[in-house]
Amino acid sequence: MLNTNLQHIESVEQYEQLIASGAKVAVVCGRMGPMCVPVYSVMDALKSNYPDVNFYDMDFDTAVAMQTIRRLPETNGFMGLPFTVYYKDGGVVAATSSIQNKKQVKEILDGRLSP
Amino acid sequence: MTERYDLIVLGGGAAGLTAALYGARAHLKTLIIDTGTPGGQMNLTYKVANYPGVLEASGADIVMTMRRQAESFGARLLSHAEVAEVALTGAEKSVVVEDEGTFVAPAIILAPGAMPRTLGLGSEARFQGRGISYCATCDGDFFTDQDIAVIGGGNSALEEAVSLTKFASSVTIIHEFDHFQAQPWAVEQAKKNPKIRFLMEQTVKDFEGEESLTAVISEHKRTGEVTRTPVSGVFLFIGYVPNTGWLREKIDINERGEILTDESMKTSVAGVFAAGDARQKRYRQVTTAVSDGAIAAIAASEYVASLAA
Repeated sequence: MLNTNLQHIESVEQYEQLIASGAKVAVVCGRMGPMCVPVYSVMDALKSNYPDVNFYDMDFDTAVAMQTIRRLPETNGFMGLPFTVYYKDGGVVAATSSIQNKKQVKEILDGRLSP
Repeated sequence: MTERYDLIVLGGGAAGLTAALYGARAHLKTLIIDTGTPGGQMNLTYKVANYPGVLEASGADIVMTMRRQAESFGARLLSHAEVAEVALTGAEKSVVVEDEGTFVAPAIILAPGAMPRTLGLGSEARFQGRGISYCATCDGDFFTDQDIAVIGGGNSALEEAVSLTKFASSVTIIHEFDHFQAQPWAVEQAKKNPKIRFLMEQTVKDFEGEESLTAVISEHKRTGEVTRTPVSGVFLFIGYVPNTGWLREKIDINERGEILTDESMKTSVAGVFAAGDARQKRYRQVTTAVSDGAIAAIAASEYVASLAA
């Protein structure tokens, strides 16, 4: 389990239920590495400003990641951790690879995840 | 809303957190403002093995301890702050943070750190996370059995190139000079690795690819000969630039953007101190950043006390 302040996705069932609910979801799929830790921190800092968005992490080296985010067409070709995927209405609306700063994350939250 | 402090520290890396720890422990009401994730470049370090008193730990773990230490003495930390304005002149220094308010203090310590240097090519941003990386330990395994390149000629570049040969089938080191800045032992390690080849005196002109990176285009600095190196990954280790662009008109900095200080970390403006990698100095290590932070806080503490005398 990743040592972050985000909620964790730990099973395929949990992932599928979450996405199928149609909720706004941001999932950071990574390791406890140098490029990933800042993204977890950004998400944690933004949680209170976006109460309608569910912020989660997912361990990159687990079966759930292999069967979900790592198999998405939107992450095909990604070669930098973390993979960050944003969902709304049951589908992927944005995905990024590698480190992202607060401004970049906010652009997606305000643009692609806004009503 | 305006909040008053005795000391404001701008930057929450090793220098800033140490300065805050020392400031708070000297009973100064201390605020740390960080525009990103506390820890700065230490967050980008997988393994630290030369920090005295710690046999081996990740940079992130050491930072977490530093942060807890500073907070345990009463320092307050504002992370991911969007700083709108900084005023350094006059008896009261002020920092305006969007959605948070205005913070004032008689003394301020600048510890903005540095960020990895980029080549500044448009194609570099396009392929970040799609072939271009700045962390071999993070992304090396994406390039298993593939041809990759490392750009740079310092210790980091050569050490990481050797480390990447665990995954890649070949590593081409592309460097701008005809010699390396790295220490001789690092050069020797790279030269004796059969998977590594060298392209010297090169200016990187472009990165090619569609969805993902496929090649690096470089030009020989003397002959002008253009080389296309087919690779699926490129790791950049070309040094760091101080985060001081916003300070140009406010305090004395040199042509490289480094803040000028005396040995007690005083800058050209009274009540303004500087610490860490953004300061003009020769050696940049976690230990030297920590040293700067401690000195700056002690000097700032004396400055604040002198105002009350």
